[in-house]
Amino acid sequence: MIGTGILKGMAVTARNFVGSYFEKERLITVQYPEERSPLPENYRNFPFLIYDGNDQHAGLRCVACKICEKECPPQCIYIVKSDDKKPDYMGKPQFYPKVFDIDISVCMSCQICVEVCPFEAIKMDKEFELSQRERFDSLLFRKEQLSKSNGYYHKIHPVEAETVDKNLTDAAAAAEAKKKAAAEAAAKAAAAKAAAATATAEAKPAAGATSSSPTSS
Amino acid sequence: MSASVQTLEAMERPPVTMASRFEGELLEVSMGPQHPSTHGVFRMNVALDGEIVRKLKPVFGYLHRNHEKIGENTSYLGSMPYTDRLDYFCSMTNNWAYALSVEKLAGIEVPERAEYLRVILAELTRLQNHASLLGFLLSDMGAWGTPLMYAFREREKILDLFESLSGSRMMCDYMRFGGCRVDADDEWLARAKQIVDRFPKFLDEFEDLILGNEIVIGRTQNVGKLSAELAINAGITGPMLRACGVNYDIRKVDGYGFYPRFKFRIPLGEHGDTYDRLMMRALEMRESVEILKQAFAQIAPGPFVNSKVKVRAFRPPVGEAYGRIEAPKGELGFYLISDGGPNPYRYRVRPTSFVNLTILEDLCLGHTVADVMVILGSVDIVMGEVDR
Repeated sequence: MIGTGILKGMAVTARNFVGSYFEKERLITVQYPEERSPLPENYRNFPFLIYDGNDQHAGLRCVACKICEKECPPQCIYIVKSDDKKPDYMGKPQFYPKVFDIDISVCMSCQICVEVCPFEAIKMDKEFELSQRERFDSLLFRKEQLSKSNGYYHKIHPVEAETVDKNLTDAAAAAEAKKKAAAEAAAKAAAAKAAAATATAEAKPAAGATSSSPTSS
Repeated sequence: MSASVQTLEAMERPPVTMASRFEGELLEVSMGPQHPSTHGVFRMNVALDGEIVRKLKPVFGYLHRNHEKIGENTSYLGSMPYTDRLDYFCSMTNNWAYALSVEKLAGIEVPERAEYLRVILAELTRLQNHASLLGFLLSDMGAWGTPLMYAFREREKILDLFESLSGSRMMCDYMRFGGCRVDADDEWLARAKQIVDRFPKFLDEFEDLILGNEIVIGRTQNVGKLSAELAINAGITGPMLRACGVNYDIRKVDGYGFYPRFKFRIPLGEHGDTYDRLMMRALEMRESVEILKQAFAQIAPGPFVNSKVKVRAFRPPVGEAYGRIEAPKGELGFYLISDGGPNPYRYRVRPTSFVNLTILEDLCLGHTVADVMVILGSVDIVMGEVDR
């Protein structure tokens, strides 16, 4: 009979209308900004730079290798390498970025800079309320605005930050142990001493993982 | 001298607009590019006889972004986020098509778990694309918000899944050469399974709402008929081709990924009209749910990316490759030529929407202006892919 299809459809509409009062599944709208749905752990928006410890300058992990600048598809990163060096988290003297700008009006949040960074220095932020009054300057983020502490990184990506920290402390411990072993092997070529050095190397990561930030010695 | 004058006269441009003005009978109307039902910035020059379409000339290029040239100037990995922006409804399948062609080019193997993840994400993409297409189509017909909102409600759940996995709702940028970027944990898989299990309920409701509706039937049956012959000759793929009764699905033909491991059917239409195209989407969603259920049952822990693939300084050997997949809209392919450098020498996209749009005039002739919108909606275009 003609018209039954329409009536059937109207029954569906009625079910959805009434259901939206009782079933959570039928009404998924969130009243932003009063209500906010939590952001997932993997959420990404724009990149930021990580520093260890409290000093923004001394703890900056970036060594200005410029790989991210080269790999960035829309080329929104601009880096100027420093003339002098400062010790990085492993105690090795490294360059640091004199200028590090990201034009977030150009950035397309692809995360490629994070993937190519060999120093775990650049990560994705979750900040998304970034509207500005001006079109140009206020959307060009400078080094000072981009640098955020490792604690902040732990806050926004807890699981990911744990693994990164573990990798870094492991790498630092391994480098330390290697240096130690090499020094000891050079000093005394005794095989027994070398075995003792590897034993200390194995004990090292467990000690390093307990501290919240990597040692800078 | 006279010869050159003659050639100049012979070279006189044919009228850009249609002959309508000279005949004085047809009315030329420019539909779009800001028309809400043109799905973006698409314009049609239509010559009307009363309300009947006599000629139709699609005009596009408003959203041209030089995608292919950008692809030739950036690294292989750098093109991956750009592919998200082709057909922005289905970024996962775009990623897969591109990853597949680079994997073909460089001879990269993909681990088992990654293949399952890709199938899961591609089928979820198909679900949300078809659901929102039906909503848009109904909205074009004048059903306004209701079906569209119901479709978007379901789409939102799938987009939330994408967001929690890849970090972004639409610009997922999830696939990598030789696998996927991040692994899906058990919690995510359980959530996805729950959403997929509930999806048929929505489909039942949606079919009740629209497919038996007399107005929808009146507006779509025998409108925009496409013959199988024309569809094959014009290179139409995807649900549009299958609505004409041609059994051609790249999931079955090529058997890429792990599709041969799944049991699923290919729905086929009979008449090739708009109603068949609409039904095709509804039936394909059911089959996608079946594939997803099998994939959730079969997926096993393991590596999710081939760790041998270099992230920095990725250089495939000299050669060429064409990788194609069955995207929700049809065949999506990437053709790459490598000269051994970090950038492709040639990067070509075989876009689905663009090729499917070429027969728009044949579909619309003899129908009314209101039908043009319905036909255009059933072709399922996304201007990001048409203009690139």
